[in-house]
Amino acid sequence: MSVPFILFFICAAVAVLGAVLLIVAREPVHSALAVILVMMALAVLYLLLGAEFIAAVQVIVYAGAVMVLFVFVIMLLNAGVEVRTNYSKIAKYVGVPLGFFLLLEVAHWMWRSAIGTTVANGVGAVNSNAVDTAELSKLLFRDYLFPFEVTSILVLIAIVGALVLAKRDE
Amino acid sequence: MDFIAQHAVLVVSLVKIVVLLFVVMTALAYVTWFERKVVAHIQSRWGPYYVGAHGLLQPLADGVKFLFKEDVTPPGADRLMYVLAPFLALSLALTTLALIPFGPPSVQVFGQPVFIVANSSIGLLFLFAFTSIGVYGVALAGWSSNSKYPLLGGLRSSAQMISYEVSLTLSVVGVLLLAGSFSFNGIIEHQYGSVRHWHVWPQIVGFLCYITAAIAETNRVPFDLPEAETELVAGFHTEYSSFKFAMFFMAEYANMITVSCLATILFFGGWLSPFPDSWKWQLYLPGAALVLLGLYCAYDTAMQMRGFARIQFGVITLLAFVGGLVCLTPSVMPVIEGLFWFVTKVIVFLFVYVWIRGTLPRFRYDQLMSFGWKLLLPVSLVNLVATALVILLRHG
Repeated sequence: MSVPFILFFICAAVAVLGAVLLIVAREPVHSALAVILVMMALAVLYLLLGAEFIAAVQVIVYAGAVMVLFVFVIMLLNAGVEVRTNYSKIAKYVGVPLGFFLLLEVAHWMWRSAIGTTVANGVGAVNSNAVDTAELSKLLFRDYLFPFEVTSILVLIAIVGALVLAKRDE
Repeated sequence: MDFIAQHAVLVVSLVKIVVLLFVVMTALAYVTWFERKVVAHIQSRWGPYYVGAHGLLQPLADGVKFLFKEDVTPPGADRLMYVLAPFLALSLALTTLALIPFGPPSVQVFGQPVFIVANSSIGLLFLFAFTSIGVYGVALAGWSSNSKYPLLGGLRSSAQMISYEVSLTLSVVGVLLLAGSFSFNGIIEHQYGSVRHWHVWPQIVGFLCYITAAIAETNRVPFDLPEAETELVAGFHTEYSSFKFAMFFMAEYANMITVSCLATILFFGGWLSPFPDSWKWQLYLPGAALVLLGLYCAYDTAMQMRGFARIQFGVITLLAFVGGLVCLTPSVMPVIEGLFWFVTKVIVFLFVYVWIRGTLPRFRYDQLMSFGWKLLLPVSLVNLVATALVILLRHG
């Protein structure tokens, strides 16, 4: 049992806890904070894998930018406590079993592909000084240029969509 | 010794963290003293004078006062968030300082660099990661207080911080392009030589954008709208009292120090000396500066101070003399040199901060927003594109 191995399980537990809190919490701000908790736990997991750059970007983009806007909007709208309704029948009788089925399937494939042992062995074993800015930018702006640009257009579409929705009433 | 040799990283890091925390906490207290003194002199006043010689014990008295005040939680406040917010603000502000190299990495103990706690190859990105989640402290404080003014203050503050963070990050990218590194030590070593090689000359526009956005990011005058007392009482921390208020206060000053350190590293050569290496006499500067300070203190003790203040200032005089003599011993000189330059540059920046506070009036909110989006952002974008073009033309 190495220190990174123990850290991995702590962060994994925190991530799962955050995900559960997100659903259970009734105050929108609490839900938003639960998402941030998940993001931070994921960032630590990336760090454990030696992916310093991804970890930093994860925190900057998700926790630092996206979720700040979420919290800002929740505060601006002064959103009240969520109202609980009776669960829908479909969700109860179809959704829950399907969810369990999905969980079983994921567990099955993880068992088969032995991804679990690779993760357990790989954690902390990767060299941590592998981040080279030049290498990374070569990947982003040469090898994967097309997907990168397509993603940015996708984001642009979302912005234009938001503008159209906001301007509709006028 | 065997244990220390085996777990060098762990032991040395722990010692460094404890020392850094102690130094930073003391520095925070004395930055408030420094600010009050400088602003007072700008306004033709004396500032704190009665608690200790030259008011030097005022920060201690303030700290004790904060500790003994009643800690009030407003009714209807979201208790968990209300308590969490100041902790978040202060701990994030202090964590960023772990990434700052206060001296050259060549000074080592047990093979570990002395002057930096977390020597990351992408230190700058981690620093931005920590500052970007610093917004939550302020936003949550405003929201959880269950009160009108804090909510408005928190909203303003988050909007301001999100807006200026964009320009702040963009203004720094020019330096990254020049240095070709995310690591602080890499950026500093790229400016090696003398004052001519500092990044501030090719990146003067970037520096001006950086310092403007940084002041806005730390919620200081003239961008202190989140706590504009004529409109919002005290903004997001209106409902906070006692030590929770003190934590916000300390977080603000810690952020000031971080921003000054970052400006020093990115644009002013960090722990590098402004003179070329061949000028050997510069090694004597730290010691000489301390001895001069000691001489001034000795004069003050003899001529001005009376009673308890005289004893106190006498002790400070002695400390300055002893420190100066220690710094003049040949084995200490090269160790202390980098630290001396770094701290000197940071103090200059802190002075500029206070100077701006003593000089400029506050912006109006719409002015603040249009300034950030319509002037600062385009200028830093143009600076970035221009820098990239020049580098491309030079190196093909």
